[in-house]
Amino acid sequence: MLSVGLDASGAGWTLVWLWLALIASGLYHGVNPGMGWPLAVSAGLMERSPRALLGALGALSAGHLLATFLVLLPFALLFVLAEWQRPIQLGASLLVIGFGVYRLVDRRHPRALARIPPTQLALWSFAVAVAHGAALMLVPIYLGLCQAFDLDAGHAAAGSLIKANLGMAVLVAMVHVVAMVAAGGCLAWLVYRYLGLKFVSRSWFNLDAVWAASLILVGAVALALNFAS
Amino acid sequence: MTMRPDPTFHASPKLAMEAPPEDFAYTLLLSPDFAKPDALAVIDAKPGSPTYSRIVHTVTMPNKGDEFHHFGWNACSSALSPLAGHAFIERRYLIIPGLRSSRIYIIDTKPDPTKARIHKIIEPEEVFKKTGYSRPHTIHCGPDGIYVSTLGGGGKDGTSGPPGIFVMDCETFEVLGRWEIDRGPQTLHYDFWWNLPRDYMVSSEWALPPQFENGIVPEDLLSNKYGHRLHFWDLRARRNVQTIDLGANHQMALEVRPAHDPVREYGFVGVVVDTTNLEASIWTWWRKGGQFHAEKTATIPPEPAAKEQLPPLLQGFGAVPPLVTDIDLSMDDRFLYVSCWGTGEMRQYDVSDPRQPKLAGSVHIGGIARRTPHPSGKTFAAGPQMVEISRDGKRVYWTNSLYSTWDDQFYPDGVPGAEVMANVGHNGGLELASDYFVSFPDGYRAHQIRLDGGDCSTDSFCYPSV
Repeated sequence: MLSVGLDASGAGWTLVWLWLALIASGLYHGVNPGMGWPLAVSAGLMERSPRALLGALGALSAGHLLATFLVLLPFALLFVLAEWQRPIQLGASLLVIGFGVYRLVDRRHPRALARIPPTQLALWSFAVAVAHGAALMLVPIYLGLCQAFDLDAGHAAAGSLIKANLGMAVLVAMVHVVAMVAAGGCLAWLVYRYLGLKFVSRSWFNLDAVWAASLILVGAVALALNFAS
Repeated sequence: MTMRPDPTFHASPKLAMEAPPEDFAYTLLLSPDFAKPDALAVIDAKPGSPTYSRIVHTVTMPNKGDEFHHFGWNACSSALSPLAGHAFIERRYLIIPGLRSSRIYIIDTKPDPTKARIHKIIEPEEVFKKTGYSRPHTIHCGPDGIYVSTLGGGGKDGTSGPPGIFVMDCETFEVLGRWEIDRGPQTLHYDFWWNLPRDYMVSSEWALPPQFENGIVPEDLLSNKYGHRLHFWDLRARRNVQTIDLGANHQMALEVRPAHDPVREYGFVGVVVDTTNLEASIWTWWRKGGQFHAEKTATIPPEPAAKEQLPPLLQGFGAVPPLVTDIDLSMDDRFLYVSCWGTGEMRQYDVSDPRQPKLAGSVHIGGIARRTPHPSGKTFAAGPQMVEISRDGKRVYWTNSLYSTWDDQFYPDGVPGAEVMANVGHNGGLELASDYFVSFPDGYRAHQIRLDGGDCSTDSFCYPSV
């Protein structure tokens, strides 16, 4: 599928940028302490074993992967309706912008998250990714990729389009999570092994506003590209 | 909302120990006859300062009869919990509950502790209405809010319904509601603390309000009606998972001190008096294989005394009970400090092996019969009571009042407020600092101490000290 993005046409370049944006979003989520890398450090130190650190990373990745996939799923199914693709894309962009504005205005963290026990890291990661709009942030990128792929594939039957869109959702979620776990895992390992716990409090910046702005930015860029095309 | 975590938040106990030492000791003042409003004293604890060991600021409350007892910070190192992702609050506000009035004061200590002032007052009605509890006591800063234990339930005398814990928002100070979902057999309350990554809480039992507000009730004590159980809770499920009865003769299980390092799944609790022999005891509790256990690991015997040395309450016994009313564990989990309020002794136990406490140091000061003076020559009324340890473990501070009406029963000659400090030897041992003796204004008694930047009974940690 990657080869689709590598021809030299304009659509090809769009694809390259979309894949890069997807990887960048993964790296960004990975280094954000709010998405869980300090939990991997804590697990490694509490159990005094690098294996526990890796186990925690695995659980965090699984939760994030599932959240991403589930948020993409309805869009994957809706996007089959070729004549509705543009309104869906516009709607998704506005949804992401709206969620960003909401996060900007209401900075309170959902209290329900505090009820999740530390033994259920995958559930925690899933809930955090949904509640903070981490998965939502990928929707415009995903729709862009689906569209480019569909255009390339021509007008196929609905059944094969659903299959293609679902496949793309799995691929997008996986690429994103691999980038995320690479970034978060590197950071967790560095802190665990070399930097020490002081790094946890020193490196922790309040990303609430930046995070909300990122959502708005992703939505706005998608909106602008949509109008331009 | 800040951009960085407060610099006084530390990921591990070890980092907290390495932080700069305290400059101020906040101390609660109470007016035992309710003639004056209670107050918060800010004491200069910086060696070499011209006002060292003196009150440099006082915040006087607008009401009388609150009876200040324990207090705590709005936020601490628990904010670095990786599960909460909410580290951007300040250790800034002191939460001071009135144990008698159920009123709660929020004191702003920034930008300068010497200009601390009242930020907000939560009236008792709000606590009653939103929680059904009364008589707020211990304050702990949790990762998701301020936890407050109470000693009373509803109704005028606090006996309709059991007491429990409620949660407050750490920024707006709104009372959010009860914490417990399933309290199991718990009907009495006193102290509580937790292990955050291991996700459990431990709580203890003192008594219901009619058993303490007008003084200790000797008949209730001798018939073992004060609290004697420990309750263990699933912290996030808010469920009582196990109750351990220490035995009915072990009356009043008070301060709960878990190891600070979260990999250590044990802690201590002090029992005031054994009604069979007047002994005080230290208990170690621990978790193994998902089950909690507790055993008596140290005892402190009563000291015989002549009748004329004793208050009427104790004359029939011919002895002074040690009355362990507070304990505190150093940040490295090595030394447990034990206040013997009756006999006038501060003990230091080496608890490197938590189930084999070894007496490592001791100083005598005050006491019902001994009446040991401070090395400065000043009189220290009553005995060592609320104890607080500096984060680095080198200094131990304490005051002398237990509770207004109980002070009068055990020390009828009066308990003028006093605060002293002892230096800790490199390998244990305690020595009172002759230049640290805080006298308080006439008519005030002194209770709990909090150190700026955190102390050994405030912060809880989510990462181990490795």
